[in-house]
Amino acid sequence: MEYSVEALGRDLKNMRKYYGSGKTKGASWRESQLKGLHNFLVEKEEEILSALKQDLGKHYVEAFRDEVGTLMKTLNFATNSLKKWMAGKEAKLPQIALLSSAEIVPEPLGLVLIISSWNFPFGLSLEPLIGAVAAGNTVVLKPSEMSPASSSLLGTVLPTYLDNNAIKVIQGGPEVGEQLLQQRWDKIFFTGSAKVGRIVMSAAAVHLTPVTLELGGKCPALVDSLSASWDREVAVKRILVAKFGACAGQACIAIDYVLVEKSFSSTLVTLMKDWIKKMFGENPKASNTIARIVNKKHFMRLKNILTDPKVKESVVFGGSMDQNDLFIEPTILLDPPLDSAIMAEEIFGPVLPIITLEKIEDSVEFISSRPKPLAIYAFTKNKTLQGRMVSETSSGSLVFNDAILQYIVDTLPFGGVGECGFGKYHGKFSFDAFSHHKAVARRSYLTDFWFRFPPWTLNKLQLLEVSYNLDYLGILLVLLGLKRSKRSIFQACN
Amino acid sequence: MEIMPTLERDLSNMREYYESGKTKEASWRESQIKGLHRFLMEKQEDIMKVLMQDLGKHQLEAFRDEIGTLMKTLNLALKSLKNWMAGKKAELPQIALLTSAEIVPEPLGLVLIISSWNFPFGLSLEPLIGAVAAGNAAVLKPSELSPACASLLASSLATYLDKKAIKVIQGGPQETQQLLQQRWDKIFFTGSARVGRIVMSAAVENLTPVTLELGGKCPAVVDSLSSSWDVEVTVKRIIVGKYGTCAGQACIAIDYILVEKGYCSKLVELMKVRIKKMFGENPQHSKTIARIVNEHHFSRLKNLLTDKNVKESVVYGGSMDEENLFIEPTILVDPPLEAAIMSEEIFGPLLPIITLEKIEDSIKFMNSRPKPLALYVFTKNQTLQRRMISETSSGSVTFNDTILQYAADTLPFGGVGESGFGRYHGKFSFDAFSHQKAVVRRSFLTDFWYRYPPWTLNKLQLLEVSYNYDYLGLLLVLLGLKRPSKRLILDHI
Repeated sequence: MEYSVEALGRDLKNMRKYYGSGKTKGASWRESQLKGLHNFLVEKEEEILSALKQDLGKHYVEAFRDEVGTLMKTLNFATNSLKKWMAGKEAKLPQIALLSSAEIVPEPLGLVLIISSWNFPFGLSLEPLIGAVAAGNTVVLKPSEMSPASSSLLGTVLPTYLDNNAIKVIQGGPEVGEQLLQQRWDKIFFTGSAKVGRIVMSAAAVHLTPVTLELGGKCPALVDSLSASWDREVAVKRILVAKFGACAGQACIAIDYVLVEKSFSSTLVTLMKDWIKKMFGENPKASNTIARIVNKKHFMRLKNILTDPKVKESVVFGGSMDQNDLFIEPTILLDPPLDSAIMAEEIFGPVLPIITLEKIEDSVEFISSRPKPLAIYAFTKNKTLQGRMVSETSSGSLVFNDAILQYIVDTLPFGGVGECGFGKYHGKFSFDAFSHHKAVARRSYLTDFWFRFPPWTLNKLQLLEVSYNLDYLGILLVLLGLKRSKRSIFQACN
Repeated sequence: MEIMPTLERDLSNMREYYESGKTKEASWRESQIKGLHRFLMEKQEDIMKVLMQDLGKHQLEAFRDEIGTLMKTLNLALKSLKNWMAGKKAELPQIALLTSAEIVPEPLGLVLIISSWNFPFGLSLEPLIGAVAAGNAAVLKPSELSPACASLLASSLATYLDKKAIKVIQGGPQETQQLLQQRWDKIFFTGSARVGRIVMSAAVENLTPVTLELGGKCPAVVDSLSSSWDVEVTVKRIIVGKYGTCAGQACIAIDYILVEKGYCSKLVELMKVRIKKMFGENPQHSKTIARIVNEHHFSRLKNLLTDKNVKESVVYGGSMDEENLFIEPTILVDPPLEAAIMSEEIFGPLLPIITLEKIEDSIKFMNSRPKPLALYVFTKNQTLQRRMISETSSGSVTFNDTILQYAADTLPFGGVGESGFGRYHGKFSFDAFSHQKAVVRRSFLTDFWYRYPPWTLNKLQLLEVSYNYDYLGLLLVLLGLKRPSKRLILDHI
C-alpha cells in the first residue's frame, strides 16, 4: 500500500488538525485507545501468533512470552497508572517564594512517528504506541516490511480497534520510510540499526525534532565459575534461553557472546550442549522451539560469518544450516579470533562465541574497551566483581544472574547509552518519552522582590545576595539595616 | 589546515583521564563545585567588569541574573550531590521474589557545552555544574561574541578546576566546527535554531545525544486587571522582563505583548511612567539598560524599524545610538503582523503590543505560531489560566510574573518544538549529563521454569497468569485447578 506524497501530506495535516481539536488530550480518549489495544491483543491473539510464526517461525508460546504477554502487562500498568501520570506534580519552592507555587504539568508533543524493527514486530511497535497514546499524542506507526505478515496485520486490523483520525499505520519499505522522515514530526521514536538510526537523526535535525534511538550492540554475558551445581544449571538455562530461545538470537538484548575463565569453559560448554538438547529437543528444527532467520539476506550474513576457516575451526557444537528453511541450529564457538567479523559485528543470530580469559575479572577491561552495549549480563555471586561491574562498565542495563528479563520490568528504564542509542521507555518512561513536562509557576501580586528592579542601590545588591543564599536571617538583618556590606566595587556603578 | 592542532590529542588525554575513574568519585565532584564557587567569589569583580565591557550590564543586573543564580545553584548542587548520585530502588511486583532492581546514575563521559553570548557566565556554568556533578569531563566553548567574558573563563576558570578534566576552548565558527567533528558523549547547546541544526547534524555521526536550548518569541498576555496595585506590579514585572534583562536580549525575555484593545492605552501610559522610574530620565546614562552586543545585532534591530508601517506604530522611544550600541526602551502598538518584528525573535529592547478584541483570542494567536520557550500570562481569571495551561504549549508558563522560573531549582528549564528539547537546572542538570542505568539482581533460587522450552499448554497458562500478576490464578494453575481458555491453536504444541 504505497502512499503518494500528496496523500501523505494531506493525511498528516488532518491528523494535526484533529490533534488541535484537543480530542486526544482527554483522559477518556486515552483510556479508550488503551482499551482498544487490549481488545486487539485479546481478540486477535490467534492471528498475531500466526503472523509471528509465519514471519519468524516463532513458537506460539515464545511469541506469547515475548510479545503478547508483555504487551498485556504493559497495558494493564498503563491503564492503572494513567490518571497519576497525567496529573501535574508540585514543584517545591524555597520559603522565600511566599505565595508562589509551581508545578510540572505533562502535555503531549503532538504528532509522533514510531518506526519499529522486524524481530519483535508487535512488541516494538505497540510498547512505544502505548506510551504515545497514554501521553495524548496522535501517532503514525511504520512497522518493518521485513516481517510482512505482522506488518500487514498491524496495517489492516489494528486500525479497526483504534481512532483512525489519530492513529495511522503506514506500511512500506525504505522509500516509504524516507518519505515519512521528510515530514515534520513532534517526536520520532526509532528501533533498529545504528545505520538507519543515523538517517533518522539527520532527518530529525531539519525540524529540530527530538528523537529516541533504540539501537543494538554486542551484549556480553560473563560467566563466573559457580560452585553450586544448582546455580550452574540455572545459569546455563538462562543463558540458552537468552540466546537461542529469544528469536534465535535476533534480539537487541539477546546475549551476543560469552566471557568465561579458561578453567571453567569446558564445564560450561558441556552443560550447554546438554541443556540445548533438553530445551530444544534432539531436533530443534522439528520441535519448532527455535525461531527462523528473518530472511535470506540475514541468513547469508550469518553463514558468511562462519566461512573464515579460523572461525569455522572454533565451532564446538552445531553449525548446520538449512537455507530453504532459513534455519540455523544452535551453534557454539570457542575462542574464535577477536578480530574476525563474528567478534566485531552484532551477531543477531543463534551463533554463540565463548571467549576464554585468564581471570574472570579481565572481563571488565574486555567489555569496557568495546562500544557500550544495550545490556551486560553477569553471572556471578562474587560481590566484589558485581560492584566492579556496576561502577567500571557502562551499558543500557546491567543484569546479575539472568538475562532478557529487564525488558519486562515496568519500573526500569529501557534504552541505550553511547552507540546503542539514547532515550528510554517502558512503564512511565514511555509516557515521558512522548510528553513535554511543562513548568508552570504562579506568582502573587502581594509578594514582590522589589530588589530585583532598578534603580540600583547597594542595599538591593545585599538583598539579592542574601536571598540567593536563602539566608533568611541575613535578609532580616539587611532589612533592619544591621548588616554591613564589604563591597567596594559598588562605587563604579553610580 | 588545523585551527587547533592539538585538539584531538587533548581530547584523547581527557578521555583517558575520565577512564581512570577520577571524575566519578564524589570527592572530585565536590572539589569542582567548590572550585566553581571560589571562582565566583574571588573573581566577582572581574566577572562584573567583563560583563559591563561586553554587554554594558550593570553590576547589579549581572549579580541578579548570573552570579547570584550560579551561587544558588552551586549551593544546591553541593547539598544534593550525594542524593543525586545514589541509586534509586525500582519497585518490583510480588512475583519477582528474591529479585531486586535499582536505577544507578553514571556519567556519560566527555561532554561538550556550547554557550551563548548574552549570559556568558550563566549559560556556560549552569550546564557545567550539572556536567561535573554528574562526574563527566567537559569542554566548554563560550561565545566569541562576548570576548572579554570568554577570555576570563578561558584564563581564570581553569585555575580553579581540574585542568585534566575541564577545558575552556575559545573561538568562533571555525573552532566550533572543528569541535563538532570530534566524538562527544553529549552536546549541550544554547543558542539559535540555525546553529542548533548544525549541532544536531554534527551529532549524528557519533549518535551523540544533544540538548538544544533555543529561542523563540515569548509572549506576555496582559489581562485587564482591576486593582491598581496589581496593575503597577504587572507593569514593573513586564518592564524588567523586557528592558531590564540584558536589554531584551534573552531567550526568556518578553518578546511581545497581547492585550485587549480597550486596555491598551492604559497599559502604555503606565509603562511609560514606570520606564522612567526604573531606568531614570536618561537610561543610557544611568547604565541600567544593557547594550546591544555588537554592530551586527544593532543593525538587525535598527532594520526592524525601517519599515514605514512599523515605524509609524512606535509610541515611545525609538532612538538609537550606534556608536554606543545603545537603544532606548521602545514601545510599538500594533505593528503589522507580517512585519519582521512580528515574525522573528526580536532579542532587543523593542516591545510590540498587539491588541485583540478579547483577551481569550490570545490563545488562538499563540497557537498559530511556533511554541515559545516561555509564556507569561498576567491574569487573575482562573478560567483563562486553566485554558492557557491546557490549550497552549511552551517550555514553561508563568502567571503574573516573568523570568523568575529561571531561578527555580525544582522546575525543568527547556523548550518544546522550535524552542528546543532537553532540560536542565537543579537535578535536571545532573540528569542531562547522566545515563540512568537499570541494574537487576536475580537469585538462582527462584526460577520461572515456564519461560523455557519445551513448550506445554501448562506453561502458556502460567505465563498468562504471571503477566497479569494474578497470584490466585497462578496458584490454581499450579494446582491443576484452572482450565485452559479457548486456545485452539495449541494443537500445534
